[in-house]
Amino acid sequence: MISIRNVSKSYGSFRVLADCSTEVARSEVVVVCGPSGSGKSTLIKCVNGLEPFQRGEIVVNGISVGDPKTDLPGLRSHVGMVFQNFELFPHMTITENLTIAQVEVLGRSREEATERGMGLLDRVGLKAHAGKHPGQLSGGQQQRVAIARALAMDPICMLFDEPTSALDPEMINEVLDVMVELAQEGMTMMVVTHEMGFARKVAHRVIFMDHGRIVEDAKKEDFFGTPRSERAQQFLSKILHH
Amino acid sequence: MHDFDWSSIPGALPFLWDGMKISLEITALAIVAGIVWGTLLALMRLSRFRALSWFAAGYVNLFRSVPLVMVLLWFFLIVPQLLEILLGLAPGTDARLPSAMVGFALFESAYYSEIIRAGIQSVPKGQIAAAHALGMSYGQAMRLVVLPQAFRNMVPLLLTQAIILFQDTSLVYVSALADFFGAAYKVGDRDGRLVELLLFAGAVYFVLCYSASLLARRYQKRAGA
Amino acid sequence: MSYNWNWGIFVSTTPTGDTTYLGWMLSGLQTTIALSLSAWIIALAIGSIMGVLRTVPSRWLSGIAAVYVEAFRNIPLLVQLFIWYFVLPELLPAALGNSFKQMNPTAQQFLSSMVCLGFFTGARVCEQVRAGINSLPPGQKNAGLALGFTLPQTYRHVLVPMAFRLIVPPLTSEFLNIFKNSAVCSTIGLLELAAQGRQLVDYTAQPYESFIAVTVMYVGINVIVMTLMRKVERRSRVPGYIGGK
Repeated sequence: MISIRNVSKSYGSFRVLADCSTEVARSEVVVVCGPSGSGKSTLIKCVNGLEPFQRGEIVVNGISVGDPKTDLPGLRSHVGMVFQNFELFPHMTITENLTIAQVEVLGRSREEATERGMGLLDRVGLKAHAGKHPGQLSGGQQQRVAIARALAMDPICMLFDEPTSALDPEMINEVLDVMVELAQEGMTMMVVTHEMGFARKVAHRVIFMDHGRIVEDAKKEDFFGTPRSERAQQFLSKILHH
Repeated sequence: MHDFDWSSIPGALPFLWDGMKISLEITALAIVAGIVWGTLLALMRLSRFRALSWFAAGYVNLFRSVPLVMVLLWFFLIVPQLLEILLGLAPGTDARLPSAMVGFALFESAYYSEIIRAGIQSVPKGQIAAAHALGMSYGQAMRLVVLPQAFRNMVPLLLTQAIILFQDTSLVYVSALADFFGAAYKVGDRDGRLVELLLFAGAVYFVLCYSASLLARRYQKRAGA
Repeated sequence: MSYNWNWGIFVSTTPTGDTTYLGWMLSGLQTTIALSLSAWIIALAIGSIMGVLRTVPSRWLSGIAAVYVEAFRNIPLLVQLFIWYFVLPELLPAALGNSFKQMNPTAQQFLSSMVCLGFFTGARVCEQVRAGINSLPPGQKNAGLALGFTLPQTYRHVLVPMAFRLIVPPLTSEFLNIFKNSAVCSTIGLLELAAQGRQLVDYTAQPYESFIAVTVMYVGINVIVMTLMRKVERRSRVPGYIGGK
């Protein structure tokens, strides 16, 4: 579904990504972790072309992201993305947030879009808030709306960029629960996160990044059992003893 | 298409320079008076005495809601009569320059006072408390602690306002006073070369104001770094 | 100082015989309002387009917008007005220039004034729009793009509507400025409010009454615009944002 081949990116002389390669198969859940500044957020933003990269190739569902001829909006319209700071549109109601892209990008009728949006809002348990603005919801609620907004586009895969790191601790689980459910339904997911509990529960593979490199790319069991690199060991023990 | 003829400009340069001196004189005086009177207005506005703060608010709001052209017309009407009464000047004496200067100074101080008020308010309240704790009086706290910090924060805005003020001086045209723009217009009108003189005047203003704005921006960058 | 106050002057008939001096003032007020509103529409249109261009990831387009802003901010309004009114018709192709010069003088003055004030204020609106867009979190643009919006769609649905809600207060002061700046147009002979005030002085020799009346009218415009804009501000508030509820 997603294949990343030898991708490199630098800002001037600073290397952000160095020769990164990995694959995400259909219905696979891959967790990307690593210390801050390791390039994990940059890598996931390269997948839907929000960050350009200089070398290598990323192919999503058979379409090359880096190819200048690629219709990026078309590709992005069925690759869902969830951001660290939710990024709901503050001037629109929750309903408008859920329907605007369905109507403007996918060309759905307003009724159809509203029906789809309301169904998903119900699924994340927020139907009662349809008429509110994002600023009137808690962080956890906003992030659940953001997930519903991405799902409303009927994505073929979902990208999560640190979806819980801007949340107060007591709100993290309500968001993770939605994500776990999604994983169990067979959604293809690439998730940048430090939530190792989530990784243990639903991930198939874990990727560990450091200094722009993919240091470790292993099955979940292997990663948590015997991480090969010292950096990954250190990282895990730091997170566990936190 | 117009046939350009720039030949009337070189000979008129001394006259244009005299006009520029008037523009700069008005600007300089209005900046100095505007900052001094503007600071006093800002302090009055922030004062605990209701009457002072109401007076300052009324003054500032009145001047800020009336066009500069109207303010100038008012002062061209009033100042000569006042001079007549106060200094016993003969009626009909040319008082346009002092009128313009008074008008600009009083008008601009309303705008300066708003900038200065915001600057004073940008200084954290703890600073005044700290100054009082050291035994300073209100006056000392303002003069030694608050105003120096406020002015440092305000320099870019004060410079921007000075550029606007310099551009505004062209409005003394309404009194037919020969500032730089008035002089350029007169030369153009006399020689039938209005197109060239107006473009020349525009270019001169642009070069001066743009250079000044670059300086202000550089100062802002250096202060911010 | 002996001055004979005569407020009755406003109800006496003008030399043209068809109206009172108050009628002159009101027609000036009407021109001021019509001029300011039409110029404001131009300013909003140009300012929005240029403000957006200043933030797009294209050196070329943002450069054009930057040149526009610097040119219109660094030349005095009066000089700009004279250039629109006296210079531009000479530089246009002859057919176009002549058709302008054949219009009736009031139309010429109004047209030049409207375009001049529109472009002048547009440069200021442009800077506000740019500041508004730049103050939005960068993630907003990414979120729009990630949903499959093109860049223009992202601007239209996400960035511009939100930026405009944030910049209502500075736009209010630009809107007030356009009424005040319209007084400059009296210099090319347009009979707006300030010009009518001067004309009254010439005809009646009652300068104080005339100027007081004009000043009161400008203050009145100010109060009305501020009240209106406060309503706009309240309606455009975004819940959960600073200033919202």
